[in-house]
Amino acid sequence: MNEMTKITTLKDWETDQEVRWCPGCGDYAILKAVQRTMPELGVRPEDTLFISGIGCSSRFPYYMETYGFHTIHGRAPAVATGAKLANPDLDVWIITGDGDALSIGGNHTMHLLRRNLDCQIMLFNNEIYGLTKGQYSPTSRVGTTTPSTPYGSVDRPASPCAFALGAGARFIARGIDIHKDLTNVLKAAHAHKGAAFIEIFQNCIVYNKDVFEEFAAKKTAASTQLLLGNGEPMLFEKGAKGITLNRDTLELEVVDVVDGDWQAAGVIVHDVTNKSVAHMLIDMPFGEFPMAIGVLYDDPRPTFEAAVVEQNAKASEGKKPDLQSLLNKGQTWTVTEDGPEL
Amino acid sequence: MATALKQDEPNSPNPEGAENVVVRFAGDSGDGMQLTGGQFTLSTALAGSDLATFPDFPAEIRAPQGTLFGVSAFQINFGSRAIETAGDEPDVLIAMNPAALKTNVDALREGGLIIADEGEFGKRNLDKAKYETNPLEDGSLAKWQLLKLNISQLTLDAVKPFGLGNKEALRSKNMWTLGLALWMFERDRQPIVDWLKNKFAKLPAVADANIAALNAGHAYGETAEISGDGLGGGHLTQRKVGAAPSAPGTYRTVTGAESISLGLVAGVQLAGLEMFFGGYPITPASAILHHLSRLKEFGVTTFQAEDEIAAIAAAIGASYAGKLGITSSSGPGIALKGEAMGLAIMTELPLVIINSQRGGPSTGLPTKTEQSDLYQAVYGRNGDAPMPVIAARSPSDAFFCAIEAVRIAVQYMTPVMLLTDGYIANAAEPWQIPDVSTLEPFPVSFLKDMPEGGLKPYSRDAKLARPWIKPGTPELMHRIGGIEKAIDTGHIDYAPATHQQMTEIRRDKVLGVAESIADQDVALGEKGGKLAVVGWGSTFGPIHQAVRRAVADGKDVAHIHIRNIWPLPKNLGDLLKSYDNIIVPEMNTGQLKTLLRDQFLVDAKPVNKTSGQPFTIAEIDAAIEENLS
Ligand SMILES: Cc1ncc(C[n+]2csc(CCOP(=O)(O)OP(=O)(O)O)c2C)c(N)n1
Ligand code: SF4
Ligand SMILES: [Mg+2]
Repeated sequence: MNEMTKITTLKDWETDQEVRWCPGCGDYAILKAVQRTMPELGVRPEDTLFISGIGCSSRFPYYMETYGFHTIHGRAPAVATGAKLANPDLDVWIITGDGDALSIGGNHTMHLLRRNLDCQIMLFNNEIYGLTKGQYSPTSRVGTTTPSTPYGSVDRPASPCAFALGAGARFIARGIDIHKDLTNVLKAAHAHKGAAFIEIFQNCIVYNKDVFEEFAAKKTAASTQLLLGNGEPMLFEKGAKGITLNRDTLELEVVDVVDGDWQAAGVIVHDVTNKSVAHMLIDMPFGEFPMAIGVLYDDPRPTFEAAVVEQNAKASEGKKPDLQSLLNKGQTWTVTEDGPEL
Repeated sequence: MATALKQDEPNSPNPEGAENVVVRFAGDSGDGMQLTGGQFTLSTALAGSDLATFPDFPAEIRAPQGTLFGVSAFQINFGSRAIETAGDEPDVLIAMNPAALKTNVDALREGGLIIADEGEFGKRNLDKAKYETNPLEDGSLAKWQLLKLNISQLTLDAVKPFGLGNKEALRSKNMWTLGLALWMFERDRQPIVDWLKNKFAKLPAVADANIAALNAGHAYGETAEISGDGLGGGHLTQRKVGAAPSAPGTYRTVTGAESISLGLVAGVQLAGLEMFFGGYPITPASAILHHLSRLKEFGVTTFQAEDEIAAIAAAIGASYAGKLGITSSSGPGIALKGEAMGLAIMTELPLVIINSQRGGPSTGLPTKTEQSDLYQAVYGRNGDAPMPVIAARSPSDAFFCAIEAVRIAVQYMTPVMLLTDGYIANAAEPWQIPDVSTLEPFPVSFLKDMPEGGLKPYSRDAKLARPWIKPGTPELMHRIGGIEKAIDTGHIDYAPATHQQMTEIRRDKVLGVAESIADQDVALGEKGGKLAVVGWGSTFGPIHQAVRRAVADGKDVAHIHIRNIWPLPKNLGDLLKSYDNIIVPEMNTGQLKTLLRDQFLVDAKPVNKTSGQPFTIAEIDAAIEENLS
């Protein structure tokens, strides 16, 4: 089948189930973005499998007219690994939250990325445990006040994208729930063969309202977001500012761009295969820098399931799966009516 | 337990003059005693004797040399009659150092033979074994026959021509010892020679040295007998133990870990499926992962996961995708899998979980055996989470139990737990290889087309099983999950009446498995009577032997051995009530006992042992005696 052929419409991807997130939850926008994207991927609902853990976000599969598995807290990557190894033709999407993927399921997330299972992982980061009514999560900022941290959280948060890069992910992207560009990020993730990790900033309007407002707000987006495009200069503030590399400190810096001459300002061109720059983009402290959004890193390498399939085939080469001869393997002896044949 | 023959004719099991011998090889963990025992087992099996073995090794991989806790032992009971246990008391103890002597000699039958490597009885080793004086010299072994041989020196002499270093040369000590043991029981050396050549194909000098040591040990036996010199008072004599009566057929030796792996492969073939096996290394379960990972041509995919939770979760994912997911572990790992078992129960996916039990709780006794996970298997999950449980009684039985576990899993769309233990996993016994054409297939059919009236993923057949639908099937897209769901459609629904009804359906489905299992039989003795000895799992051997003795003495005793732990066979309650007394020997503090009392209101009495060692026949004898009077 020709990729990108439209064989479905948005309607084909919607279930008849009533969506049960809080009104105004960022999850709605992400669901719509996914349902809008699917027809553009040229894929069929019956080959598509959404697997989630537990959390508000993990209810997602019930709303997709595809195969879906709402598993247990933190274990979606492991369930997905078994499903994909059992049937590598399935197009697997993992839906997870910041708690699901990085606290209880951190171990599985790490190993899935390290192994490079071909799938898309959408981490809905709302910096909070939504479903359990608002405790702080491993991505909550220091000082987050919640029912379990009435005096503010004291532990430092994890950076999902830095975690993914450290674990060996070969595709890392960031998106914003209500951002129209989310579709492009999803498409790029789907096009990547291997584990594609997407952190989506998701607004939990009940327990962590507008934590991402500083960079997600539409009004100020031009100066607070660095929208990345492969092969394009890293510009923001409508081209008035850019990101350059200070060759003395080997760190990124914000520079002013005069009259659109970004080359003169030394603005660097985004190369999605450059891991070092990806690392720096992920680590850019917000405030001093804009928030990098889009595909940060994309450099495919062979997938886990392909290696497993290949090894299974190779190890089976020329061997007949004959059960009787398997049972009879090794040293045997025969007993006849007259006793053992010695 | 070589054959059906023994079980068919329980009251006249053995020919005139039948005999058996128990030999225990004991040495330092580095001395290769498990290998020696394994090869002795092979040659014994090839000679047609029946046998049972008991490998007993420390948890440490290489405990400091010469220490008491570093002793590794291998016991074999073989004979020209039916053998069901590794034997209560060894007749012969081969002790490779003072620590091995100290930790094992008390088990030796009075008058039994000790063969000790006196080359290892220097001051250092005596100190490590906490001997103040040399037991080979001080007369403390007087109630046994003692044979002192400088096995170390004899080995060095034998392998000298091969130019190995001292340390390497001494590694062949175990082969020298094996050679002597083969001579003592008139066993053929050739299978061992073949095995050594194969094992050291890339190191011919090592192969030759080992073969030379083997031959030297054998030759030593021959000349020592001729010369008949003292050697500490014991006598080295040859003794032939003949073949045991067994049903005609082809045989091999098999350990429980092997037979379970083979049974799983067979079961998955009979179901017309492919296997996905997820595991995480743990003693004594790892051997199953090792065996299966070499069987890829049988459509087996093995996955060494990051932990036990991932192993079972991946197996569940594979089952959802249309292969049979299987996972295996031991107590601590099974505990980790608990939540995911609940997911498989809720989503009603087939899954086989194997628990190779070991002593617990926590890390417990990693290399020792116990049957203390029965509660965990039957009850150990959150919620009302019913799951069929099967327990294997021996390595040979484990093959058929594995097939049965697969059958129940796919026919009832349920996870099934198969219980085995460290003893079964490691012990070897002769196995009459089944003719695969006699195994009954139970092919799975996936739902492929839209049923009339629309798709209902939680609709049910007569067994209350829901349809199995592979992702990738057009039109049949559906969602499943661990959350409570509506009857038929499977949509999220936690209305009170729904949960009530779904809980009952899940219970009834698993109870319904009893319709498809065999009635409980009496393994030995009569239906009804004074005393039933009820067991499960690897206690089969000692119970069977003890009951056989009791029956031969004219006592009114029967042996009942339960394979289907949950659901229990339908006739079991009536059967148990036909006896005046019931005792339940178990290697735990009374878990099956509790289950039987709960299910049938019978006065089942516990007979318990939790030392990490299997029951001896004598212990069961005593329990029978006590409960008959
Ligand atoms: C084993 C287990 N522990 C705890 C929970 C309770 N629990 C459910 S969701 C959740 C956290 C969810 O947070 P996150 O993954 O960020 O998802 P969100 O609800 O924010 O989308 C917790 C702790 C559970 N379901 N299972
Ligand atoms: S609690 Fe937060 S994350 Fe959960 S549904 Fe409501 S708004 Fe969304
Ligand atoms: Mg969250």
